[in-house]
Amino acid sequence: MGLGALVMPDFMRGNPIDPLAALNDGIDVKTKKELADVALNAAKAKGATYTDVRIGRYLNQFVATRENRVQGVANTESFGVGIRVIANGCWGFAASNNVTKENMAKIAEKAVAVAKANSKLGAPPVQLAPQKGFGEVSWKTPIEKNPFEVPVKDKVDLLLAVNAVAMEGKASFVNSVIMARNEQKYLATSDGSYIDQDIFRIQPNFNVTKIDRASGGFASRSSLSSPVGMGYEYLTPTPGSKVTGVVTRYKNRYDIMEDIKAATADVDQKIKAKSVEPGKYDLILDPSHLWLTIHESIAHPTELDRVLGYEANYAGTSFLTLDKWKSKKFNFGNKLVNVVADRMQPGSLGAIGYDDEGVEAKKWDLIKDGILVNYQVIRDQAHIIGLNSGQGCCYAQSWNDVQFQRMPNVSLQPGKQKLSVDDMIKGVEKGIYIIGDGSFSIDQQRYNFQFGGQTFYEIKNGKIVGMLKDVAYQAITQEFWNSVASIADESDYRLGGAFNDGKGQPGQSNSVSHGCSTTRFNGVNVINTARKIG
Amino acid sequence: MAILSKEEAQALLKKVLAFSKADECTVSLSGSESGNIRYARNAISTSGDISTLSLGVSASFGKKTGSASINEFDDASLEKVVRRAEELAQLAPENPEYMPLLGPLEYKEPIGFVPATAAITPDQRADAVGKSIQVAKDAKLQAAGYLEDTTGFNAIMNSKGFFGYNRDTDVVFTITTRNEEGTGSGYAARGFNDITKLDTLSTTKIAASKANGSIGARSIEPGKYTVILEPVAATYMLSSMFGFDARSADEGRSFLSKPGGGNRLGEKLMDEKVTIYSDPFNPELPASTWNGDGSENKRINWIEKGVVKNLSYSRYWAKQKGVQPVPGPSNIIMEGGTMSVEDMIKSTERGILVSRLWYIRMVDPQTLLLTGLTRDGTFYIENGKIKYPVMNFRFNESPVIMLNNVEALGKPERSVNVESYRSYLIPPMKIRDFTFTSTSEAV
Repeated sequence: MGLGALVMPDFMRGNPIDPLAALNDGIDVKTKKELADVALNAAKAKGATYTDVRIGRYLNQFVATRENRVQGVANTESFGVGIRVIANGCWGFAASNNVTKENMAKIAEKAVAVAKANSKLGAPPVQLAPQKGFGEVSWKTPIEKNPFEVPVKDKVDLLLAVNAVAMEGKASFVNSVIMARNEQKYLATSDGSYIDQDIFRIQPNFNVTKIDRASGGFASRSSLSSPVGMGYEYLTPTPGSKVTGVVTRYKNRYDIMEDIKAATADVDQKIKAKSVEPGKYDLILDPSHLWLTIHESIAHPTELDRVLGYEANYAGTSFLTLDKWKSKKFNFGNKLVNVVADRMQPGSLGAIGYDDEGVEAKKWDLIKDGILVNYQVIRDQAHIIGLNSGQGCCYAQSWNDVQFQRMPNVSLQPGKQKLSVDDMIKGVEKGIYIIGDGSFSIDQQRYNFQFGGQTFYEIKNGKIVGMLKDVAYQAITQEFWNSVASIADESDYRLGGAFNDGKGQPGQSNSVSHGCSTTRFNGVNVINTARKIG
Repeated sequence: MAILSKEEAQALLKKVLAFSKADECTVSLSGSESGNIRYARNAISTSGDISTLSLGVSASFGKKTGSASINEFDDASLEKVVRRAEELAQLAPENPEYMPLLGPLEYKEPIGFVPATAAITPDQRADAVGKSIQVAKDAKLQAAGYLEDTTGFNAIMNSKGFFGYNRDTDVVFTITTRNEEGTGSGYAARGFNDITKLDTLSTTKIAASKANGSIGARSIEPGKYTVILEPVAATYMLSSMFGFDARSADEGRSFLSKPGGGNRLGEKLMDEKVTIYSDPFNPELPASTWNGDGSENKRINWIEKGVVKNLSYSRYWAKQKGVQPVPGPSNIIMEGGTMSVEDMIKSTERGILVSRLWYIRMVDPQTLLLTGLTRDGTFYIENGKIKYPVMNFRFNESPVIMLNNVEALGKPERSVNVESYRSYLIPPMKIRDFTFTSTSEAV
């Protein structure tokens, strides 16, 4: 996973367009069905036993500013069709941006030809789980305000106002961005589904830096926002969306003006903060931080394609091998640890109606009372773990990429007993409270990880006594999730996430959220990351 | 028809530029034809053939710039894309960092295009993968690999008279082999401009040998060790320090910032065995001989005998600082030495041979402190010999500190960092006091 840096992201592929062109309707559903039927028929005539046709229009907007100036405004559009078939028991795929009836048949035939060519190398035949057709259906992210309808000027004005707050607070530098995405996807399958979906996502973000010329050092703090599956309403805070405490954090809505003020003040404290003494600490991890640890140490190792070896040459495999799942007693974590996979969660990045192979959105347990009980699978893997359907985890980042297994939202369930963060802190003798995500690294089988953060508060005898710096923690996944001491209740539950969960060769990005409440882990190894050069 | 000749590109760009009514205009063409095969569990999993060609237009009125692109090439479309860029420019905010375009440039022809690579067929690709899978099967291993070849070109023309054309080819092959039990793993990667240099059979044999050699890894204590980094491991470790950007240094937010202000240009920051440079005419790692902003790429030393010799200055930042602009690195080459990896092992009393590093992330940009792990073959060396494979380590180390601790360098090899998909020419290196902070069971 690469974190959202404040530079033009990879997903902004496509042709630059006028911002207003994003509001054009594109081709209508009736025409898409006619086009798709041409491809479905052509593939079948050439011998395909299964076909899916994805006609996609992908819109992105990126507004970036720095201090008192606009760095860039980019609008991109990408439109085309990807056709996937099974012929002679093998997958074949072809794609084109020439979406005409004449060309649909040619692309379908090319996909069948690729499948037949690949079948000569003797791979075991694809076993595709059955899926009933849904007929003509549609799904749309429930948004209140289409981000593409908000004038670019309004976004620029907001970001420059954010930057002005930082500069008034004596920041040396500040960058801020708003990214918006819209996937208009039409999927037709030979199972009889014609699915029209309109999916929206948005991410506001900033990073503020102060230089301490005397020491030659500097400190930064990023926003505590998270990318969400919502419209522009995410940027209109509501009273119930704030979680107060040592710093205000946000659920469902985000107050960027409030957060930039807090961040600018945090940076002063970070520069002056005490360098951490390495050793064992009890950690209290805020959801704005813990989402990333969940992503790396739970969501990735429960991907079945990694378990089976399909990612061995790139992202890696997984320590959660099939024998551990079959044993029904592999204690991934202790009894407090319950983790669900969910493609329906409102406001999340992974929320959809149907996946890219026609399976409806679902919710299921991955870890139940600490025990590994399931994986994330798509239709051609379902038989391996005894399932008779996919789980809604098939996704391609664009029409010209082939769809494959990608993670749904994977979230730690809140504690069942009433517990506030304040009460959790009161019980800690020697601890560190970490807010926001920072540096992250984990091995190719997801055993050993190291995470940083945005801000670190030292806890002594149940009280926060000040800020620390140079903090990173290292742990082994199974030990870490068995060291959970308590989880705050549902009132603290929040989502974090990223637009750019990376996997595959050629690489593809997936957008995903991870929810949790603040969680305490006992006796975790903390290292000091300060070094001297030159 | 994704690859246009220099003459075809020049004629098309002239035609597009003639439509422009802006104060300044840049038009660019880029196209590529690429093919790939991905395989795992000794069978092909996906494959693709992708062809792209697109035209970009950037129009400026004063300091206001708009950009648009299109992939249709009839006259009406060409005029439409120019008008669209001009309309967007009129709506854009002023960019205070805008720099006027540069005029004509005489540059030497780049050398990165190899006809044999451009002529590859799907059958050749499949044959190459078939050989790799057979090696794995013969060694009773599971192969997962990826082969991708690309032929690409880009051409730029502007209203001040600049025209640049570059065409190149590239092939990248990566292979991981693992045993059925999951107790051994080996990796090898190769990158070339010339497909005829790629030997998937011998490359897979290297990965297979590492996989079988890494079975039965023992756990040893983390701590400071002398390490021998094979070129691919050294490449992963060093890739994050190659920006050499003056602006971030002057602004105080880089490892090249000087305490109290300014940058470290002229300071000795590394061991004197370290020289790092760019050279677009290096036959092993050729690069474009011109830059997108209309300047020339030439050989330039960044680090010379451990001293920071040059930093990259954008045209805007150079003007602010009253210096000549210096384009960023066109490629990265590190000078080596004469010692082979075998000789480095022989000269090591106690150390670790590292085949590859993985999941490297920045911990502290001020010191370039990185964390990551070893992967696919880590071996304990004692009294000049490899004694046994060891469990993987997590490290926390800065490449700047590491390049102060160089004991010996070997012959540079072209290596690919698949986290960035960039190739580098980097030697194997023996480094003292490399910091491992924990171990991992990961294989």
